[in-house]
Amino acid sequence: MSIDFVVHDADDSVGVVVVEGIKAGQKLTGWVMHQDQTVIFEVRDSIPIGHKLAIRDLAEGDTVIKYGVDIGKTIKSINQGEHLHVHNVKTKRW
Amino acid sequence: MELKGRKFMGYRRDNGRVGIRNHVIILPVDDISNAAAEAVANNIKGTMALAHPYGRLQFGADLDLHFRTLIGTGSNPNVAAVVVIGIEPGWTAKVVEGIKATGKPVIGFWIEQNGDHNTICSASKAAREYVQYATELQREECDVSELWVSTKCGESDTTSGCGANPTVGDAFDKLYDVGCTLVFGETTELTGGEHLVAARCATPEIREKFQAMFDRYTEVINRHKTSDLSESQPTKGNIEGGLTTIEEKALGNIQKIGHRCQVDGVLDKAETPDKPGLWFMDSSSAAAEMVTLCAASGYVAHFFPTGQGNVIGNPILPVIKICANPRTLRTMGEHVDVDVTGILKREINMQEAGDELLEMMFRTANGRNTAAEALGHREFVLTRLFESA
Repeated sequence: MSIDFVVHDADDSVGVVVVEGIKAGQKLTGWVMHQDQTVIFEVRDSIPIGHKLAIRDLAEGDTVIKYGVDIGKTIKSINQGEHLHVHNVKTKRW
Repeated sequence: MELKGRKFMGYRRDNGRVGIRNHVIILPVDDISNAAAEAVANNIKGTMALAHPYGRLQFGADLDLHFRTLIGTGSNPNVAAVVVIGIEPGWTAKVVEGIKATGKPVIGFWIEQNGDHNTICSASKAAREYVQYATELQREECDVSELWVSTKCGESDTTSGCGANPTVGDAFDKLYDVGCTLVFGETTELTGGEHLVAARCATPEIREKFQAMFDRYTEVINRHKTSDLSESQPTKGNIEGGLTTIEEKALGNIQKIGHRCQVDGVLDKAETPDKPGLWFMDSSSAAAEMVTLCAASGYVAHFFPTGQGNVIGNPILPVIKICANPRTLRTMGEHVDVDVTGILKREINMQEAGDELLEMMFRTANGRNTAAEALGHREFVLTRLFESA
Protein backbone atom coordinates (compact mmCIF):
# COMPACT_ATOMS: atom_id res chain seq x y z
CA MET A 1 0.00 0.00 0.00
CA SER A 2 1.36 3.46 -0.83
CA ILE A 3 1.98 5.72 2.13
CA ASP A 4 1.71 9.48 2.64
CA PHE A 5 3.59 9.89 5.88
CA VAL A 6 5.95 7.94 8.15
CA VAL A 7 6.17 7.77 11.94
CA HIS A 8 9.37 6.51 13.54
CA ASP A 9 7.84 5.06 16.70
CA ALA A 10 4.25 4.42 17.88
CA ASP A 11 4.80 6.67 20.93
CA ASP A 12 5.85 9.67 18.78
CA SER A 13 3.76 12.84 18.58
CA VAL A 14 4.50 13.48 14.91
CA GLY A 15 4.65 11.96 11.44
CA VAL A 16 6.63 13.14 8.39
CA VAL A 17 4.89 13.73 5.05
CA VAL A 18 6.81 11.85 2.35
CA VAL A 19 4.81 12.73 -0.78
CA GLU A 20 4.30 16.05 -2.57
CA GLY A 21 1.01 17.96 -2.82
CA ILE A 22 -0.79 17.00 0.43
CA LYS A 23 -3.90 19.22 0.81
CA ALA A 24 -6.05 19.95 3.87
CA GLY A 25 -8.90 17.48 4.29
CA GLN A 26 -7.18 14.54 2.57
CA LYS A 27 -7.31 11.15 4.23
CA LEU A 28 -3.69 10.05 4.74
CA THR A 29 -2.09 6.67 5.26
CA GLY A 30 0.86 6.54 7.66
CA TRP A 31 3.47 3.85 8.29
CA VAL A 32 4.79 3.43 11.84
CA MET A 33 8.27 2.19 10.99
CA HIS A 34 9.42 0.69 14.28
CA GLN A 35 6.25 -1.31 14.97
CA ASP A 36 5.47 -1.77 11.23
CA GLN A 37 1.85 -0.64 11.68
CA THR A 38 -0.44 1.40 9.44
CA VAL A 39 -2.54 4.37 10.64
CA ILE A 40 -5.11 6.39 8.68
CA PHE A 41 -6.53 9.85 9.49
CA GLU A 42 -7.49 13.21 8.04
CA VAL A 43 -4.95 16.01 7.65
CA ARG A 44 -6.21 19.50 8.64
CA ASP A 45 -3.59 21.62 6.83
CA SER A 46 -1.85 21.51 3.45
CA ILE A 47 1.63 20.19 4.29
CA PRO A 48 4.77 20.24 2.09
CA ILE A 49 6.84 17.11 1.62
CA GLY A 50 9.24 16.60 4.53
CA HIS A 51 7.14 18.65 6.96
CA LYS A 52 5.43 17.17 10.00
CA LEU A 53 1.86 16.65 11.12
CA ALA A 54 0.75 16.09 14.70
CA ILE A 55 -0.59 12.56 15.11
CA ARG A 56 -2.12 13.33 18.53
CA ASP A 57 -3.52 16.44 20.23
CA LEU A 58 -0.87 18.51 22.02
CA ALA A 59 -1.42 21.29 24.60
CA GLU A 60 0.74 24.43 24.87
CA GLY A 61 4.01 23.57 26.64
CA ASP A 62 3.84 19.85 25.86
CA THR A 63 7.00 17.96 24.91
CA VAL A 64 7.09 16.81 21.29
CA ILE A 65 8.37 13.24 20.82
CA LYS A 66 10.01 11.88 17.65
CA TYR A 67 12.26 8.77 17.42
CA GLY A 68 10.88 8.15 20.94
CA VAL A 69 12.95 11.15 22.16
CA ASP A 70 12.25 14.79 23.20
CA ILE A 71 12.66 17.15 20.19
CA GLY A 72 11.31 20.36 21.79
CA LYS A 73 8.17 21.96 23.22
CA THR A 74 4.96 23.35 21.76
CA ILE A 75 4.43 27.12 22.05
CA LYS A 76 0.71 26.80 21.28
CA SER A 77 -1.77 23.94 21.28
CA ILE A 78 -1.75 21.71 18.18
CA ASN A 79 -4.52 19.33 17.11
CA GLN A 80 -4.09 15.93 15.47
CA GLY A 81 -3.62 16.36 11.73
CA GLU A 82 -2.27 19.94 11.92
CA HIS A 83 1.05 21.17 10.53
CA LEU A 84 3.73 21.13 13.26
CA HIS A 85 6.82 23.27 12.64
CA VAL A 86 8.73 26.41 13.76
CA HIS A 87 5.47 28.42 14.12
CA ASN A 88 4.23 26.20 16.96
CA VAL A 89 7.27 24.28 18.28
CA LYS A 90 10.56 25.53 19.76
CA THR A 91 13.82 23.91 20.85
CA LYS A 92 14.49 23.50 24.57
CA ARG A 93 18.24 23.85 24.02
CA TRP A 94 19.05 27.32 22.64
CA MET B 1 25.73 -8.81 1.52
CA GLU B 2 28.79 -10.87 2.48
CA LEU B 3 31.44 -8.23 3.13
CA LYS B 4 34.14 -10.27 4.83
CA GLY B 5 37.03 -10.85 2.43
CA ARG B 6 35.50 -8.60 -0.25
CA LYS B 7 38.19 -6.96 -2.43
CA PHE B 8 38.55 -3.75 -4.42
CA MET B 9 41.28 -2.30 -6.63
CA GLY B 10 43.20 0.44 -4.83
CA TYR B 11 46.56 2.20 -4.76
CA ARG B 12 48.84 0.88 -2.03
CA ARG B 13 51.21 3.59 -0.75
CA ASP B 14 54.69 3.18 0.75
CA ASN B 15 53.33 3.54 4.31
CA GLY B 16 50.90 0.65 3.76
CA ARG B 17 47.76 2.76 3.54
CA VAL B 18 45.40 2.26 0.59
CA GLY B 19 43.96 5.02 -1.59
CA ILE B 20 41.16 4.93 -4.17
CA ARG B 21 42.37 7.98 -6.14
CA ASN B 22 45.77 8.92 -7.47
CA HIS B 23 45.94 12.72 -7.38
CA VAL B 24 48.98 14.92 -7.87
CA ILE B 25 48.24 18.07 -5.87
CA ILE B 26 49.76 21.54 -5.81
CA LEU B 27 49.38 22.63 -2.19
CA PRO B 28 49.77 26.30 -1.21
CA VAL B 29 50.96 26.90 2.36
CA ASP B 30 49.26 30.31 2.47
CA ASP B 31 46.73 32.51 0.67
CA ILE B 32 49.33 34.54 -1.25
CA SER B 33 50.77 31.39 -2.85
CA ASN B 34 47.43 30.45 -4.45
CA ALA B 35 48.19 32.28 -7.71
CA ALA B 36 51.46 30.40 -8.25
CA ALA B 37 49.84 27.07 -7.30
CA GLU B 38 46.97 27.66 -9.73
CA ALA B 39 49.42 28.64 -12.48
CA VAL B 40 51.29 25.34 -12.02
CA ALA B 41 48.02 23.37 -12.12
CA ASN B 42 47.12 25.21 -15.30
CA ASN B 43 50.51 24.38 -16.88
CA ILE B 44 50.62 20.70 -15.97
CA LYS B 45 47.62 18.58 -16.94
CA GLY B 46 46.54 16.00 -14.38
CA THR B 47 47.37 18.17 -11.36
CA MET B 48 45.06 20.08 -9.08
CA ALA B 49 45.74 23.22 -7.00
CA LEU B 50 44.13 23.28 -3.55
CA ALA B 51 43.69 27.05 -3.11
CA HIS B 52 42.55 28.32 0.32
CA PRO B 53 42.35 31.71 2.08
CA TYR B 54 44.58 31.18 5.16
CA GLY B 55 48.08 30.55 6.51
CA ARG B 56 49.34 33.98 7.53
CA LEU B 57 49.65 35.38 11.07
CA GLN B 58 48.00 32.35 12.63
CA PHE B 59 49.44 31.15 15.93
CA GLY B 60 49.05 28.60 18.71
CA ALA B 61 46.40 25.91 18.39
CA ASP B 62 44.94 27.61 15.29
CA LEU B 63 48.29 27.39 13.48
CA ASP B 64 48.78 23.79 14.67
CA LEU B 65 45.43 22.91 13.08
CA HIS B 66 46.43 24.69 9.86
CA PHE B 67 49.61 22.60 9.55
CA ARG B 68 47.82 19.41 10.62
CA THR B 69 45.20 19.96 7.91
CA LEU B 70 47.72 20.71 5.12
CA ILE B 71 50.08 17.88 6.08
CA GLY B 72 47.15 15.48 6.53
CA THR B 73 45.76 16.39 3.12
CA GLY B 74 49.11 15.80 1.42
CA SER B 75 49.57 12.54 3.37
CA ASN B 76 46.13 11.16 2.41
CA PRO B 77 46.55 7.91 0.43
CA ASN B 78 44.28 9.27 -2.33
CA VAL B 79 47.25 11.56 -3.13
CA ALA B 80 50.20 10.12 -5.09
CA ALA B 81 52.58 13.11 -4.93
CA VAL B 82 52.62 16.72 -3.70
CA VAL B 83 54.17 20.00 -4.81
CA VAL B 84 54.10 22.50 -1.91
CA ILE B 85 54.38 26.24 -2.57
CA GLY B 86 54.73 28.87 0.18
CA ILE B 87 55.79 32.48 0.42
CA GLU B 88 58.97 31.67 2.40
CA PRO B 89 61.10 28.53 2.97
CA GLY B 90 60.50 27.86 6.71
CA TRP B 91 56.83 26.98 6.85
CA THR B 92 57.05 25.46 3.34
CA ALA B 93 59.67 23.00 4.65
CA LYS B 94 57.50 22.20 7.67
CA VAL B 95 54.66 21.05 5.40
CA VAL B 96 57.05 19.14 3.09
CA GLU B 97 58.69 17.31 6.01
CA GLY B 98 55.30 16.38 7.46
CA ILE B 99 54.15 14.79 4.19
CA LYS B 100 57.56 13.16 3.57
CA ALA B 101 56.94 10.81 6.53
CA THR B 102 54.51 8.86 4.29
CA GLY B 103 57.33 8.06 1.85
CA LYS B 104 55.52 9.61 -1.11
CA PRO B 105 57.22 12.09 -3.49
CA VAL B 106 56.93 15.66 -2.16
CA ILE B 107 58.92 18.84 -2.84
CA GLY B 108 58.59 22.47 -1.76
CA PHE B 109 59.14 25.82 -3.52
CA TRP B 110 58.98 29.35 -2.11
CA ILE B 111 58.34 32.67 -3.73
CA GLU B 112 60.50 35.16 -1.77
CA GLN B 113 63.75 35.87 -3.68
CA ASN B 114 62.38 33.84 -6.62
CA GLY B 115 59.19 35.63 -7.62
CA ASP B 116 56.13 33.97 -9.12
CA HIS B 117 57.78 33.41 -12.53
CA ASN B 118 60.73 31.33 -11.35
CA THR B 119 58.67 29.54 -8.70
CA ILE B 120 56.01 28.55 -11.24
CA CYS B 121 58.71 27.39 -13.67
CA SER B 122 60.56 25.20 -11.11
CA ALA B 123 57.37 23.84 -9.57
CA SER B 124 55.91 23.03 -13.00
CA LYS B 125 58.96 20.92 -13.85
CA ALA B 126 58.53 18.93 -10.62
CA ALA B 127 54.78 18.62 -11.15
CA ARG B 128 55.29 17.24 -14.66
CA GLU B 129 57.64 14.55 -13.32
CA TYR B 130 55.14 13.67 -10.56
CA VAL B 131 52.28 13.28 -13.05
CA GLN B 132 54.37 10.91 -15.14
CA TYR B 133 55.32 8.98 -11.98
CA ALA B 134 51.71 8.78 -10.74
CA THR B 135 50.22 7.74 -14.07
CA GLU B 136 52.45 4.64 -14.11
CA LEU B 137 51.23 3.43 -10.70
CA GLN B 138 48.89 0.42 -10.93
CA ARG B 139 45.84 -0.41 -8.86
CA GLU B 140 46.13 -3.65 -6.91
CA GLU B 141 43.75 -5.90 -5.02
CA CYS B 142 43.03 -4.65 -1.49
CA ASP B 143 40.76 -5.92 1.28
CA VAL B 144 37.60 -4.06 2.30
CA SER B 145 38.98 -3.79 5.87
CA GLU B 146 41.69 -1.45 4.52
CA LEU B 147 39.10 1.18 3.61
CA TRP B 148 38.76 4.28 5.81
CA VAL B 149 35.25 5.71 5.44
CA SER B 150 33.94 9.01 6.87
CA THR B 151 30.41 10.37 7.10
CA LYS B 152 28.75 13.74 7.49
CA CYS B 153 25.31 14.80 6.26
CA GLY B 154 24.18 18.13 4.85
CA GLU B 155 21.12 20.19 3.90
CA SER B 156 19.30 17.54 5.88
CA ASP B 157 15.55 17.34 6.13
CA THR B 158 13.18 14.91 7.75
CA THR B 159 13.71 12.35 4.95
CA SER B 160 17.39 12.25 5.98
CA GLY B 161 16.42 10.91 9.41
CA CYS B 162 14.01 8.28 8.03
CA GLY B 163 15.87 7.27 4.86
CA ALA B 164 19.34 8.46 3.85
CA ASN B 165 20.99 8.60 7.30
CA PRO B 166 19.84 5.14 8.50
CA THR B 167 21.08 3.81 5.14
CA VAL B 168 24.55 5.06 6.12
CA GLY B 169 23.97 3.58 9.60
CA ASP B 170 23.26 0.16 8.12
CA ALA B 171 26.38 0.36 5.93
CA PHE B 172 28.49 1.56 8.89
CA ASP B 173 27.32 -1.38 11.03
CA LYS B 174 28.40 -3.78 8.26
CA LEU B 175 31.77 -2.04 7.68
CA TYR B 176 32.39 -1.95 11.44
CA ASP B 177 31.89 -5.72 11.62
CA VAL B 178 34.68 -6.34 9.05
CA GLY B 179 37.18 -4.02 10.75
CA CYS B 180 37.06 -0.82 8.70
CA THR B 181 38.20 2.54 10.13
CA LEU B 182 35.19 4.89 10.36
CA VAL B 183 34.51 8.42 11.59
CA PHE B 184 31.61 10.79 12.30
CA GLY B 185 31.61 14.22 13.95
CA GLU B 186 29.50 17.43 13.82
CA THR B 187 29.69 18.19 17.54
CA THR B 188 26.88 20.78 17.87
CA GLU B 189 24.66 18.68 15.67
CA LEU B 190 24.43 16.03 18.38
CA THR B 191 22.58 18.48 20.67
CA GLY B 192 19.51 16.67 21.97
CA GLY B 193 20.98 13.24 21.17
CA GLU B 194 24.38 13.59 22.88
CA HIS B 195 23.25 11.20 25.63
CA LEU B 196 22.64 8.52 22.99
CA VAL B 197 26.16 8.94 21.57
CA ALA B 198 27.65 8.95 25.08
CA ALA B 199 25.88 5.65 25.76
CA ARG B 200 27.56 4.15 22.67
CA CYS B 201 31.12 4.99 23.83
CA ALA B 202 33.13 1.78 24.35
CA THR B 203 34.68 2.74 27.72
CA PRO B 204 34.05 5.28 30.51
CA GLU B 205 37.32 7.05 29.52
CA ILE B 206 36.14 7.56 25.95
CA ARG B 207 32.73 8.70 27.23
CA GLU B 208 34.39 11.28 29.45
CA LYS B 209 36.51 12.63 26.57
CA PHE B 210 33.46 12.76 24.27
CA GLN B 211 31.42 14.62 26.89
CA ALA B 212 34.25 17.13 27.45
CA MET B 213 34.41 17.86 23.69
CA PHE B 214 30.63 18.25 23.52
CA ASP B 215 30.52 20.54 26.58
CA ARG B 216 33.35 22.72 25.26
CA TYR B 217 31.59 23.25 21.91
CA THR B 218 28.27 23.97 23.66
CA GLU B 219 30.04 26.64 25.71
CA VAL B 220 31.20 28.32 22.45
CA ILE B 221 27.62 28.26 21.13
CA ASN B 222 26.21 29.67 24.36
CA ARG B 223 28.77 32.48 24.40
CA HIS B 224 27.84 33.71 20.90
CA LYS B 225 24.31 32.44 20.35
CA THR B 226 21.32 34.34 19.04
CA SER B 227 17.75 33.29 19.85
CA ASP B 228 17.46 31.00 16.82
CA LEU B 229 21.19 30.61 16.09
CA SER B 230 20.67 32.97 13.11
CA GLU B 231 18.92 30.25 11.08
CA SER B 232 22.25 28.39 11.05
CA GLN B 233 21.55 25.35 13.26
CA PRO B 234 19.09 24.15 11.98
CA THR B 235 19.95 25.94 8.73
CA LYS B 236 17.47 27.86 6.61
CA GLY B 237 17.48 24.87 4.22
CA ASN B 238 16.84 22.40 7.06
CA ILE B 239 13.83 24.46 8.18
CA GLU B 240 12.51 24.70 4.60
CA GLY B 241 12.86 20.91 4.47
CA GLY B 242 10.71 20.47 7.59
CA LEU B 243 13.25 20.15 10.41
CA THR B 244 12.03 22.22 13.35
CA THR B 245 14.57 22.03 16.18
CA ILE B 246 18.21 21.14 16.77
CA GLU B 247 17.07 18.13 18.80
CA GLU B 248 15.12 16.75 15.83
CA LYS B 249 18.07 17.39 13.51
CA ALA B 250 20.49 15.70 15.92
CA LEU B 251 18.36 12.57 16.27
CA GLY B 252 18.27 12.25 12.48
CA ASN B 253 22.01 12.92 12.31
CA ILE B 254 22.99 10.12 14.69
CA GLN B 255 21.11 7.54 12.61
CA LYS B 256 24.36 7.54 10.59
CA ILE B 257 26.21 5.53 13.24
CA GLY B 258 23.81 2.61 12.98
CA HIS B 259 22.98 0.30 15.87
CA ARG B 260 25.96 -2.01 16.43
CA CYS B 261 28.95 0.36 16.10
CA GLN B 262 30.56 1.48 19.33
CA VAL B 263 32.50 4.73 19.59
CA ASP B 264 36.04 3.36 19.97
CA GLY B 265 37.85 6.68 20.34
CA VAL B 266 37.71 10.45 19.89
CA LEU B 267 39.85 12.65 17.65
CA ASP B 268 40.66 16.33 17.68
CA LYS B 269 40.20 18.05 14.30
CA ALA B 270 42.33 16.49 11.51
CA GLU B 271 43.92 13.96 13.87
CA THR B 272 44.62 10.49 12.47
CA PRO B 273 43.13 7.43 14.20
CA ASP B 274 45.61 4.75 15.29
CA LYS B 275 43.36 1.68 15.02
CA PRO B 276 40.22 0.48 13.23
CA GLY B 277 36.74 1.08 14.64
CA LEU B 278 34.34 4.02 14.81
CA TRP B 279 35.86 7.37 15.81
CA PHE B 280 34.17 10.61 16.82
CA MET B 281 35.92 13.76 15.57
CA ASP B 282 35.20 17.04 17.36
CA SER B 283 34.28 19.22 14.38
CA SER B 284 32.11 21.88 12.84
CA SER B 285 28.86 20.76 11.22
CA ALA B 286 29.55 22.91 8.12
CA ALA B 287 29.86 20.40 5.27
CA ALA B 288 33.01 21.57 3.51
CA GLU B 289 34.89 22.16 6.79
CA MET B 290 34.02 18.71 8.13
CA VAL B 291 34.75 16.83 4.89
CA THR B 292 38.08 18.67 4.55
CA LEU B 293 38.97 17.54 8.10
CA CYS B 294 38.02 13.93 7.26
CA ALA B 295 40.34 14.04 4.24
CA ALA B 296 43.13 15.46 6.43
CA SER B 297 42.60 12.63 8.95
CA GLY B 298 43.31 10.11 6.18
CA TYR B 299 39.81 8.96 5.14
CA VAL B 300 39.56 7.85 1.50
CA ALA B 301 35.79 7.57 0.88
CA HIS B 302 32.94 9.66 2.26
CA PHE B 303 29.22 8.92 2.73
CA PHE B 304 27.17 12.12 2.48
CA PRO B 305 23.43 11.76 2.99
CA THR B 306 21.35 14.78 2.00
CA GLY B 307 17.66 15.69 2.02
CA GLN B 308 17.25 19.09 0.38
CA GLY B 309 20.35 18.62 -1.80
CA ASN B 310 23.76 19.78 -0.57
CA VAL B 311 26.06 19.75 -3.63
CA ILE B 312 29.43 19.51 -1.81
CA GLY B 313 32.54 17.69 -3.01
CA ASN B 314 36.19 17.61 -1.97
CA PRO B 315 39.36 17.79 -4.08
CA ILE B 316 40.82 14.45 -2.89
CA LEU B 317 38.07 12.63 -0.97
CA PRO B 318 35.28 11.18 -3.17
CA VAL B 319 31.94 12.22 -1.66
CA ILE B 320 29.15 9.68 -2.28
CA LYS B 321 25.71 11.32 -1.98
CA ILE B 322 22.69 9.42 -0.71
CA CYS B 323 19.16 10.85 -0.86
CA ALA B 324 15.65 9.66 0.07
CA ASN B 325 13.69 12.80 -0.90
CA PRO B 326 11.81 12.26 -4.21
CA ARG B 327 11.53 16.04 -4.86
CA THR B 328 15.32 16.43 -4.59
CA LEU B 329 15.86 13.48 -6.95
CA ARG B 330 13.38 15.02 -9.41
CA THR B 331 14.79 18.56 -9.29
CA MET B 332 18.56 17.94 -8.85
CA GLY B 333 19.16 14.24 -9.37
CA GLU B 334 22.53 14.83 -11.05
CA HIS B 335 24.03 15.39 -7.59
CA VAL B 336 22.91 12.05 -6.12
CA ASP B 337 24.89 8.79 -6.36
CA VAL B 338 22.54 6.49 -4.42
CA ASP B 339 18.77 6.97 -4.73
CA VAL B 340 17.06 5.49 -1.66
CA THR B 341 13.60 7.02 -2.21
CA GLY B 342 12.33 3.43 -2.27
CA ILE B 343 12.62 3.27 1.54
CA LEU B 344 9.84 5.82 2.05
CA LYS B 345 7.65 4.07 -0.53
CA ARG B 346 8.27 0.77 1.32
CA GLU B 347 9.77 -0.71 -1.85
CA ILE B 348 13.12 -1.51 -0.20
CA ASN B 349 14.11 -2.05 3.43
CA MET B 350 17.04 -0.50 5.27
CA GLN B 351 19.33 -3.53 4.81
CA GLU B 352 18.78 -3.43 1.05
CA ALA B 353 19.42 0.33 1.01
CA GLY B 354 22.64 -0.19 3.00
CA ASP B 355 23.76 -2.84 0.52
CA GLU B 356 23.09 -0.47 -2.41
CA LEU B 357 25.30 2.13 -0.74
CA LEU B 358 28.06 -0.44 -0.16
CA GLU B 359 27.90 -1.51 -3.82
CA MET B 360 28.31 2.13 -4.81
CA MET B 361 31.22 2.39 -2.36
CA PHE B 362 33.01 -0.49 -4.13
CA ARG B 363 32.29 0.99 -7.57
CA THR B 364 33.64 4.34 -6.37
CA ALA B 365 36.69 2.67 -4.81
CA ASN B 366 37.38 0.89 -8.10
CA GLY B 367 37.39 4.21 -9.94
CA ARG B 368 33.86 5.37 -10.74
CA ASN B 369 33.66 9.14 -10.41
CA THR B 370 31.09 10.39 -7.91
CA ALA B 371 28.50 12.98 -8.97
CA ALA B 372 30.51 15.63 -7.11
CA GLU B 373 33.73 14.65 -8.88
CA ALA B 374 32.09 14.68 -12.31
CA LEU B 375 30.50 18.05 -11.59
CA GLY B 376 33.83 19.52 -10.43
CA HIS B 377 32.96 20.12 -6.77
CA ARG B 378 36.30 20.56 -5.00
CA GLU B 379 35.45 22.49 -1.85
CA PHE B 380 38.60 22.74 0.29
CA VAL B 381 37.75 24.68 3.44
CA LEU B 382 40.10 25.00 6.39
CA THR B 383 38.65 25.25 9.91
CA ARG B 384 39.82 28.26 11.96
CA LEU B 385 39.82 28.28 15.75
CA PHE B 386 40.30 32.03 16.39
CA GLU B 387 41.40 35.38 14.89
CA SER B 388 44.83 35.84 13.29
CA ALA B 389 47.41 37.90 15.17
